Amino acid sequence: MSNYNFAYLDEQTKRMIRRAILKGLAVPGYQVPFASREMPMPYGWGTGGVQVSAATLTPEDTLKVIDQGADDTTNAVSIRKFFERTAGVETTEETEQASVIQTRHRIPEAKLREDQILVYQVPIPEPLRFLEPRETETRKMHSLEEYGLMHVKLYEDISQHGAIATSYAYPVKVEDRYVMDPSPIPKFDNPKMEMAAIQLFGAGREQRIYAVPPYTKVVSLDFEDYPFEATKAEHACDLCGAEDSYLDEVIVDDAGNRMFVCSDTDYCRSRRGAGHVGRLAQEEVA
Amino acid sequence: MRADKDFRENTRARTETVKPLLQVREIEKRYGARIGCTGVNFDLYPGEVMGIVGESGSGKSTLLNCLAGHLEPDAGQVIFDTRADGPVDTVTMSEPERRMLSRTDWAFVHQHARDGLRTSVSAGGNIGERLMAVGDRHYGNIRERAIDWLGRVEISETRVDDRPTAFSGGMQQRLQIARNLVTGPRLVFMDEPTGGLDVSVQARLLDLLRGLVREMGLSALIVTHDLAVVRLLADRLMVMKDGHVVETGLTDQVLDDPQHAYTQLLVSSVLQV
Ligand SMILES: Nc1ncnc2c1ncn2[C@@H]1O[C@H](COP(=O)(O)OP(=O)(O)O)[C@@H](O)[C@H]1O
Ligand SMILES: [Mg+2]
Ligand SMILES: [Zn+2]
Repeated sequence: MSNYNFAYLDEQTKRMIRRAILKGLAVPGYQVPFASREMPMPYGWGTGGVQVSAATLTPEDTLKVIDQGADDTTNAVSIRKFFERTAGVETTEETEQASVIQTRHRIPEAKLREDQILVYQVPIPEPLRFLEPRETETRKMHSLEEYGLMHVKLYEDISQHGAIATSYAYPVKVEDRYVMDPSPIPKFDNPKMEMAAIQLFGAGREQRIYAVPPYTKVVSLDFEDYPFEATKAEHACDLCGAEDSYLDEVIVDDAGNRMFVCSDTDYCRSRRGAGHVGRLAQEEVA
Repeated sequence: MRADKDFRENTRARTETVKPLLQVREIEKRYGARIGCTGVNFDLYPGEVMGIVGESGSGKSTLLNCLAGHLEPDAGQVIFDTRADGPVDTVTMSEPERRMLSRTDWAFVHQHARDGLRTSVSAGGNIGERLMAVGDRHYGNIRERAIDWLGRVEISETRVDDRPTAFSGGMQQRLQIARNLVTGPRLVFMDEPTGGLDVSVQARLLDLLRGLVREMGLSALIVTHDLAVVRLLADRLMVMKDGHVVETGLTDQVLDDPQHAYTQLLVSSVLQV
């Protein structure tokens, strides 16, 4: 611990990142460039999110790290350990207990509060990139609010699949101004982005930070005749019976039997702790 | 400039009531010490097609790109009669305004269709892009208009979901035209629209263009080194040499009775073909 500055990064770097975060909060959805630092983990492991968390954490904070909704994947565990070691902060798996939550691919099911910060790991921050690879041009499109291309992508989706097939990283417009990539969360989570907590997004390789302040308008793009739908599997959780949570489909045996379980492991556990029972759990009881 | 005077007399009744759509004044563009084009002046009236001819390197593309806002001229004005505010100098207007014009009232047809198409997007998406850019958010409408435009440029409706990379050169060029005209622009810039195509394909494209220009009452500026193209499409001609306009006039008059020695050379070399 004493080998490192608090949370690994030196104070000057953290100040630089905080300035980028503040600018991001002042201009919701705008991608702020920042000088991303080498972190002792490979890109793709959330180095952007880690730097944002490092600049955000204080010794009093309690940190939760999730990956696809789970606290116990390799990625989540290694980031949690990293901050236990370099910042000595408390960590938790309980959403309610956390003051800073770093996430990859999910927003927790539990409603977040004003005293919480959600930090997203972002692989590709530029929502326009897939159709317009030129950075100079995408920057201009953002500054002039020329967002027709985003709908071209949705048009292509419908013409090829009969519906908007984009189910992850579904583009949103923030506060009627910037179009933003919400990182690869399922579109089921998009409506949750209008929340009480601060949302910070860090892209390490791409050197961008952006933010959504509390209670900011976040609208998923769509067509009048193909409206946005926050879809999930049409099941209840087989363990806790929740009908309102995003589910993972899990193959349970060699015969190919499947079960649906909450992707948010903490949500599922706390529901079961409160006595809720799903289909398969009932069979076990019986 | 005799033919130009004839033109003014011919159209005097019209010009007294109709304002020019485009007024070009003293346009100059240099590349370092080299002249791209200089001292260019003309008016273009609604529904009029102007051909810009001259040999390779005479400054046609430079001029067209200055007029269309792709290049910033070193001097001069390009005054466009906007729907909202009347005549405005597009050289000094703000970039967002100019980009909005190029998505709505202006169209630009590139010689190489690939420069003007999105190759990773279906034909329907290519045509729909401008509609979506100006705020159309109804998939059914966008698709219907894309299919309608495919028909108007003689591409089968069954190709609507195919990418342009699967199209022949002539089809790509027709798709580019559809993609440009779908928002009902008032002014179309074309740089060698038939260049690089087979002769029979060229003829079909010219026919199509002529039909669309008439039907939609388009004003157009067509750059070409091919006099057959302007003979068919252009009401008026501007002949360029070394960056200067050396002769202007009604197309038939310039081609049948060229006054400037250079134009005479240009015309005769074509007649020999
Ligand atoms: N980007 C450029 N840089 C320098 N010189 C150029 C450039 N583009 C064109 N020129 C020169 O300007 C003159 C006019 O070129 P251009 O407008 O392309 O003619 P055209 O379209 O009639 O063939 C030529 O001498 C050409 O070499
Ligand atoms: Mg040229
Ligand atoms: Zn559950």
